[in-house]
Amino acid sequence: MTRILSLLAAMVLAGPALAAIEIEEVETPGGFNAWLVEEPSIPFTALELRFTGGAALDAEGKRGATNLMVGLLEEGAGDMDARGFAEATEELAASFSYEASQDTVSVSAKFLTETRDDSVALLRESLVNPTFSETAIERVRKQVLSGLRSDRTDPDAIASEAFDRTVFGDHPYGSPKKGTIESVEAMTRDDILAAWRAAIAQDRVVISAAGDISAEELASLIDELLGDLPEEGAPKPEDIDVGTAAGNTVIPFDTPQSVAIFGHEGIERDDEDFFAAYVMNTILGGGGFEARLMEEVREKRGLTYGIYSYLMPMDHAELYLGRVASANDRIAEAISVIRDEWRKLAENGVTEAELEQAKTYLTGAYPLRFDGNGPIARILVGMQMDGLTPEYIETRNDRIEAVTLEDIQRVAARVLKPDALRFVVVGQPEGLETDAPVQ
Amino acid sequence: MTRLAAALAALMFAALPAQAQDIRETLEEVTTFELDNGMEVVVVEDHRAPVVVHMVWYRAGAADEQPGASGVAHFLEHLLFKGTDTLEPGEFSEVVARNGGSDNAFTSFDQTAYYQRVAADRLGLMMEMEADRMVNLRLDREDILTERDVIIEERNMRVENDPSALMREQLNAALYLNHPYGTPIIGWREEMVSLDLDDAYAYYDRFYAPNNAILVVAGDVSPDEVRDMAEEHYGAVPANPEVGAPRTRPQEPRQMAERRLTMEDPRVSQPYVMRSYLAPERDPGDQREAAALTLLEEVLGGGQTSVLNRALQFDRKMAVYAGAFYDGTKYDDGSFGFAVVPAPGVSLEEAEAALDETLQDFLEEGVDPDQLARIKFQMKASRIYAQDNVGSIARRYGRALTSGLTVEDVQAWPALLQEVTGEEIVAAAREVFNRDSSVTAYLKAPEAEQDAAQENEEVMQ
Repeated sequence: MTRILSLLAAMVLAGPALAAIEIEEVETPGGFNAWLVEEPSIPFTALELRFTGGAALDAEGKRGATNLMVGLLEEGAGDMDARGFAEATEELAASFSYEASQDTVSVSAKFLTETRDDSVALLRESLVNPTFSETAIERVRKQVLSGLRSDRTDPDAIASEAFDRTVFGDHPYGSPKKGTIESVEAMTRDDILAAWRAAIAQDRVVISAAGDISAEELASLIDELLGDLPEEGAPKPEDIDVGTAAGNTVIPFDTPQSVAIFGHEGIERDDEDFFAAYVMNTILGGGGFEARLMEEVREKRGLTYGIYSYLMPMDHAELYLGRVASANDRIAEAISVIRDEWRKLAENGVTEAELEQAKTYLTGAYPLRFDGNGPIARILVGMQMDGLTPEYIETRNDRIEAVTLEDIQRVAARVLKPDALRFVVVGQPEGLETDAPVQ
Repeated sequence: MTRLAAALAALMFAALPAQAQDIRETLEEVTTFELDNGMEVVVVEDHRAPVVVHMVWYRAGAADEQPGASGVAHFLEHLLFKGTDTLEPGEFSEVVARNGGSDNAFTSFDQTAYYQRVAADRLGLMMEMEADRMVNLRLDREDILTERDVIIEERNMRVENDPSALMREQLNAALYLNHPYGTPIIGWREEMVSLDLDDAYAYYDRFYAPNNAILVVAGDVSPDEVRDMAEEHYGAVPANPEVGAPRTRPQEPRQMAERRLTMEDPRVSQPYVMRSYLAPERDPGDQREAAALTLLEEVLGGGQTSVLNRALQFDRKMAVYAGAFYDGTKYDDGSFGFAVVPAPGVSLEEAEAALDETLQDFLEEGVDPDQLARIKFQMKASRIYAQDNVGSIARRYGRALTSGLTVEDVQAWPALLQEVTGEEIVAAAREVFNRDSSVTAYLKAPEAEQDAAQENEEVMQ
């Protein structure tokens, strides 16, 4: 092994070559801004749109309206019914996907160069002229209700829902974006139209593209696609503070493996300590096999198949979250190990070796992300959502490198809150102390 | 729009035949060769980003296990991260991560594969380590017990906690009377708990050798570079004549009786019905029927415009979801399946009857030529989109070559899909939809729970 390691050290110093990607900032005659990476070698374009606001815009008592609305965008538009729209999409071999999350409505599109104009015309119909016919509403409503019924007996869904309710209460973040069986049953066409006007508007769209398209072509495509949308959408909800108390909430459910969601308050994306916190979490619970939680809970003790933690900055609150699943008679031990690790890192920080390992991983992995039109378009739209500039790509690894052991120590003491670490456990955990009553 | 779209489609199809020709010639830059020790090599070039995917595929999967040791192929896959004569447990992944890469592995019925995604200039190091664990695995008894707990938790997560997964296990076990495809890849829990070091080494010694493996490298590399590195690292591992004998597994006898299952689990809140038929797979040099079944899957179950969704979701409003499943890339005969999730107020019996009526109508009416044309065009386009992700091309080759197919078969496949006619699709359907070689399964909650759920809902409304 020594040989491999020394060879490795030499290569790490050299550093992997950075992907040469060039971002063009495109301003359209219609006043939209977009980021583009032009890459003509494969004759298609990946286009990403994000409408900020998302399901959190749902009106009072209309929880699930945005989600249902988004599910209906491809179910009929202009003079096409659902089938007509699907057939037209297939004939063009384009692919469109629409998704609502708490903070955004995402539209991801891929289309061939040879069918670009017609693909964009079709996509435009779904955004600007959706039909929301009663028959489509009934069909999609049934699908959403079927999903909601399944969630009632899905341990992960039960745990997430309970965690969010505990943390966010009546704020939109406190309930599932899909709504409830009652709210979805009661949703009318007017509610759906209102949700559409609230969420799909010019004042909140973020755009990126990568592939076989020039800046000029992209500009006119965007104006055609979005120029007829309403100018303004609905105001966004208030920010909310996250407050949790240490302890375990148990929701009894008859299943062999308990599922636990855990966490507390997180850190804002534009906080100057965010990079240090990100590196710290990579060491604590980032997805890799080297993370402390993976090592302690899985590798050393075999208590789980998967465990991870992640920072989740949202538009109106920040969370630090994790997930683990263990057999009912072992989950108590898993939770106890996680609590210990949380406290240990908060108090003692990390070692120089761990920090170096995390840095070489993060800096080495970064250029590998830019490996295709699809991934590049998604990265570009994500950067804009985070308020970054195109130059970020060149400086990002330097900022990771600049994180010191002291930074990690400071951030660990600030961000990790063992005394606020709440676990919501769904299952029949044995020997686990519970402080919160079943809801 | 319909008229416009039709006109458009006509235009595109007119333009396509010429294009379809070059798809095969130019779309994928694939080079294949073989090392002296019998290890096959596939190189897929993509020079847009300095990234490479390095995969080693073994012609050995769960269906090659000894009876009584179910799950050992997957168990061993986990254990390959546990160290060799020169690598400490966990060190493999640590080195990959230290180089900015990610790594993992997976086990299927017919193959086991290990892969890393790294910067292109780290390829040699990946090969060095992968060649090392191909033959130098060093396991200790303690370590493997912890890892056995991990795979049991994996089974808990994937299967025991999910009534739908439990039902699919039961269905598969009933579908195959004799073939090991009836045994779950992850293993039966009752056998997993006693898997030991001997089981793991027995499987390792039987299947892990360069002459039973395929190297697939995709990304920013040239075939010459790959050849040099592969000869250095993998070429140094001698072929093992004990390994890689033709795979002969117990085959299915004639099936003469339809099987029906009902599984009840209180955790089911959305009941559904599944049906699986035994179905042929792609054979080397003989893939036409599998191509017809691949198209049949799309015709019947591919999205909004498919036959099942049109009939069950849109016209008769009896289902909230209907789908068809077929995977032709297997070593032995596989299955063709359906799932129907009934709409509220529709029983599983009614949903099943509606499925059968729809299939019957389809067999009589045949394939809608417009639909078939759309599907074929989408399949062509999907080859253009696939170039954006060479990893997916790497997986396509790896899977096919470990399922008994050749490079020629892989390359002939897209054209075959374009050639298959509507008549062939219906003929393949008639051949496969034989109830004597099928299983129908209902998944639902016990009656009491169902009533309770219903009441609950009524109260809430």
